[in-house]
Amino acid sequence: MLAYLIRRLGQAALVMAVMATIVFFGLYTVGNPIDLLINPEDDLAAQEAAMRRLGLDQPIWVQFGHFVGGIFEGDLGTSFVHNRPALELILSRLPATLELVFFAMLLAVLIGVPLGMIAGLRPDAPSSKAIMAASILGFSIPNFWQGLMLIMLFAVYWGILPAGGRGDTVDVLGIPVSFLTWDGLKHLFLPALNLAIFKMSLVIRLARAGTAEVALQDYVKYARARGLSPSRVIGVHVLKNILIPVVTVLGLETGNAIAFAVVTETVFAWPGIGKLLIDSINLLDRPVVVAYLMLTVFMFVMINFLVDIGYSLLDPRVRIQARGR
Amino acid sequence: MTAPILSVNGLTTVFETRIGTLTAVNDVSFTVGPGEVLGLVGESGSGKTITGFSILGLIDRPGAIRAGEIWLKGTDLRKLAPDALRRLRGDRIAMIFQDPMMTLNPVLRIDTQLIETILAHRDVSRGRAREMAEAALAQVGIPSPAERLRAYPHELSGGMRQRVVIAAALMLEPDLIVADEPTTALDVTIQSQILFEMQKLMAARQTALIWITHDLTVVAGLAHRVAVMYAGRIVETGPVDDVLDRPAHPYTHGLIHSIPSATARGQRLAPIRGMTPSLIHLPEGCAFAPRCGRADAACGTAPAATDIAPGRWLRCHHPLEAGA
Repeated sequence: MLAYLIRRLGQAALVMAVMATIVFFGLYTVGNPIDLLINPEDDLAAQEAAMRRLGLDQPIWVQFGHFVGGIFEGDLGTSFVHNRPALELILSRLPATLELVFFAMLLAVLIGVPLGMIAGLRPDAPSSKAIMAASILGFSIPNFWQGLMLIMLFAVYWGILPAGGRGDTVDVLGIPVSFLTWDGLKHLFLPALNLAIFKMSLVIRLARAGTAEVALQDYVKYARARGLSPSRVIGVHVLKNILIPVVTVLGLETGNAIAFAVVTETVFAWPGIGKLLIDSINLLDRPVVVAYLMLTVFMFVMINFLVDIGYSLLDPRVRIQARGR
Repeated sequence: MTAPILSVNGLTTVFETRIGTLTAVNDVSFTVGPGEVLGLVGESGSGKTITGFSILGLIDRPGAIRAGEIWLKGTDLRKLAPDALRRLRGDRIAMIFQDPMMTLNPVLRIDTQLIETILAHRDVSRGRAREMAEAALAQVGIPSPAERLRAYPHELSGGMRQRVVIAAALMLEPDLIVADEPTTALDVTIQSQILFEMQKLMAARQTALIWITHDLTVVAGLAHRVAVMYAGRIVETGPVDDVLDRPAHPYTHGLIHSIPSATARGQRLAPIRGMTPSLIHLPEGCAFAPRCGRADAACGTAPAATDIAPGRWLRCHHPLEAGA
């Protein structure tokens, strides 16, 4: 188990190194950040001074050498724009995004799995057809437009939920969270729903396909032949067997949602890292972009690792052989 | 004769399909007494498995039981509410499925599956249920049952899994067990061990057993009476030795003579000509007539059940002479 974890972390380090190199040089070719950062009316001496301060006067490989050296000291560079360490900047925004994504995923699973199972158990019922039609809609509606419509409905017409922002937060272990206050929860709901609808549709389709397949298996009929209650047959015997594809896709989707929640965060003015990334790309704030992407790769690897652990909890046949038999 | 445990009367189960109504079980009647083993024999598609599922009320759409009565110790199962029938399943009637590899849920441990069965029917503590499960495993000859309880199905061999399923069936001491080819998927040595143990346990408890199979040799060794099914109907039934030694229905005769035997070494096998008919396009009258060497114009009408000896009847216009 430990060897497995170490191997996974090694792979992660390799991917992060390759990705960081590509992005570092890639952003260099896109443009010179100094053109965006300094006042064009400054004189040449002031421009030179600013470039020297940011280290941009040196050849690119020297800059890369500094960057690599910094990594080993735990320093991913300092933001050109905010003049704060890039990692600190990202971590200050990360909790908001993680909270948003977590609640979106929770909604997607808690609503998506039961609806998908209903549709899978009774494929011909009108309710099932309605669920499947709704899931196609959820798939197809552009995220930003859907967000605007949610704001219009809940915030403008009914006026029951706020249109944007994060609301009151409470510090838990030094991290600000909003789900513990009523105001924060109200602010959280719409963006989380907006982010969840696509995932929910995905989960519905996966759960339906899985249920339709599993319901025909001998072991389900056998469970019924033993006189188990319908809730036990569906809630244990069927459910446990359909969760593997759901967990796989949710793992990938969680990574995606963290890295690219930017549309939802922009529409709902949610102060997360997606917004930070877009701003940083626009300003060619290289240290922030590189650090952000490295963190994203790391999170993807970690999520995949958690998914693998989830598999082994769900299906004993893929259990990582820890104990010798 | 003692009162039968199970008495099936005119059972008819149909499946509505796009190309027509398929009568999988057609006017089937039989009884099974305490401690008695009834062999239900037929080819694939003859309706024997559907008969078993009909008794347990496990026919799913597009199938439905169209007619008939299923009496279990004085209760007509067809008149029971779904929930009442569910309470009988696994408790009074148990079923053993064909393929032990597919029967147990792969993601649940053996103890989970045995204990949930007990808790669904008995008001006992979880600890007591575990003891019962362990005792049941020991009874079917599973070594170190406490350890096996903690295993997942894939950690056990096929024979071991089928023993687990048999233990699950016996655990609550049902009145009736429906066993659907439980040894077909196993190799011959395991098969005979399991047959032997089943026989012993059935006799000790006076449980009624319906053994569904296509294997006449198994029936010969295990069953007291046999019912031969063809295209959804029972065509011949009677005490197992009478029927197998002196078959009166041409189909039964054909089945028996298509089995290779040691005395007929080097000779050609005698298969039954033709194919099992499609249940949607059954011929008028006797379904076996197109494949039967004795068929004539009379076979265009369905033969009624005719008694030829006590406890023995068949559906044929031209039966073979007993002893032929």
